[in-house]
Amino acid sequence: MGDLLLNKKVVRNTDTKLDPELSQHSQNSATPEQHDWRQQTWYILSQNPISMFSIVLFLIFILVGITGPFWVPFDPIASDTSIALQAPSFLHLFGTDHLGRDVFSRVVVATRLDLWIALSAVSISALVGTSLGCLAGYFGGWYDRIIGRIADTILAFPLFVLAMGIVAVLGNSLTNVIYATALINIPFFIRVARAEVTIQRNHQYVQAALLSGNTHLRTLVFHIFPNCLPALMVQMSLNMGWAILNAAGLSFIGLGVRPPVAEWGIMVAEGANYIISGEWWLVLFPGLILMLAVFCFNLLGDALRDLVDPQKRT
Amino acid sequence: MLAVPSLIGVIVVAFVLTRSLPGDPAVYFAGITADEESIAQIREQLGLDKSIFHQFIVYCKNLTQGNLGVSLNTGQSVASELSARFPASLELTLTGLALALMAAIPLGILAAVNPNTWIDHLCRIFVTAGASTPIFFSGLLLVFVFYYLLGWAPSPIGRLDFFYLSPPKVTGFYTIDAMINGDFETAAAAAKQLILPAITLAIFALAPIARMTRSAMLTAMGSEYVKAATANGIDRRKIIFVYALRNAMLPLLTIMGLVFSYLLGANVLVEKVFSWPGIGSFAVDALVASDFAAVQGFILVMAVMFVVLNLVIDILYTLVDPRVSIDG
Repeated sequence: MGDLLLNKKVVRNTDTKLDPELSQHSQNSATPEQHDWRQQTWYILSQNPISMFSIVLFLIFILVGITGPFWVPFDPIASDTSIALQAPSFLHLFGTDHLGRDVFSRVVVATRLDLWIALSAVSISALVGTSLGCLAGYFGGWYDRIIGRIADTILAFPLFVLAMGIVAVLGNSLTNVIYATALINIPFFIRVARAEVTIQRNHQYVQAALLSGNTHLRTLVFHIFPNCLPALMVQMSLNMGWAILNAAGLSFIGLGVRPPVAEWGIMVAEGANYIISGEWWLVLFPGLILMLAVFCFNLLGDALRDLVDPQKRT
Repeated sequence: MLAVPSLIGVIVVAFVLTRSLPGDPAVYFAGITADEESIAQIREQLGLDKSIFHQFIVYCKNLTQGNLGVSLNTGQSVASELSARFPASLELTLTGLALALMAAIPLGILAAVNPNTWIDHLCRIFVTAGASTPIFFSGLLLVFVFYYLLGWAPSPIGRLDFFYLSPPKVTGFYTIDAMINGDFETAAAAAKQLILPAITLAIFALAPIARMTRSAMLTAMGSEYVKAATANGIDRRKIIFVYALRNAMLPLLTIMGLVFSYLLGANVLVEKVFSWPGIGSFAVDALVASDFAAVQGFILVMAVMFVVLNLVIDILYTLVDPRVSIDG
């Protein structure tokens, strides 16, 4: 894909029949570069319909997460056992659960909670992990050794198991599920930030910034860090997917969210007892939406990676 | 030697987790009717009146003796509970891994041989969907389709249907033990119970393996030696499966650690869904009942196993690729 882009640029340059130096110059001024960037984004997206699909899906999820509670047809926690375990119909699109609650309404309302858990967990780990990774990458030495050791220790555990243990120790609550999910994602941000800063540190603009009187910290935060953002965005998107999976897994085994709160993982757990007797809709719909959300973030991460670094595509 | 720092880290973290448990264990063990004096006595007995450093030494000493404490849930020692259930988990995880490798490597090769075609895109979507499916959801879905709808699979209640006797223990793997015992009916029954949870695990682990195979194969296929082989008119199939694949297997080894992290975590959920009597479901039950000694023991065992696995992978890597030294 990298080759393709290169070819395209060359072709355009000969088309305009400009002196190579002149075209070089025009590319360096602000507007054509922006134009270039937008064109490149569009080009990569149009090459890959999957990326387009993931972006649309992402926007839909955000929209549902924000507006969902205002337009759901039924109260997500109002139970009515007289209509329990009804199969999907026009009235109840996704059927009703064992307490007669409307599964569709619950799935829609749960969107906000699930996205919120994932977003807060990933934000915490991005903040902590990036700060540590930047320090390790920029200053090296003991910073690097200690921070690297912290990351290794966390990664020495199977991550889901570690999250279980942390929630068990801190106490079974939603906040602690968020902390646990945040903690197990920290090493990934440390690694990405460290790797990026190590590369950026040797660029000349860093020396220029230091020579013009910026302190090390200021150079790191205002000059180097912005250049690491693209790679970090990719990591954030991928980690959003993992965070949703992790939180849903924890609530499936009874940690974190408690009934009657609507959350995808716990809805699947509640429906699990009915799958053997054939009431599939209790599990299928929340599970499917959960899967779709994770799928969306994973594809989005891939799409962002294609944009940021086309050579790394796997 | 590589594993030593990780092992120390794991033990320290496990110790900190144990010591930061909510509530005072002395009060807990003394019971409701205990007075100040008996609580102090028990605290002394448990060594909780000593310094935290002293406690750590005692904890390490207990660990070397394989003493992980007593499970409140079952009244048995945690170590014996875990070791009794360990083969069940291992059988499941290894079968899952084998299935994942058997499916993912061909998928990766297929995608790499036809890069950026619809085959490639389809493979990518398929494995990403697998990694995006919550493990408990795919498990339940498989149960619904193959048990409820088709009736092919037995009911998801553990390692053997209740009218079979578990085979005499040799390896702890029911399928192998039954075959050693010459009881092929039981072996088949055990295999039937095993297949759905193993497939569930495999689906989840497909993505990292397939993606790594793809990118490693792409690199290998673009290399000079493959070009030379092609120029020499060697059969394309031989080039793919002998020249390229062998070299692509190396990078694949490096991500096996990540795959195991996936598998061991996913194991917990799969065991819960299929009532599989392994260490994962033991830990979940303990977690729900606030049986902390059992949970800590489980986490420690998992972490140590994971460290050892990573070590084995590193050693294998140096064996397969002599250019990599064990220190670097």
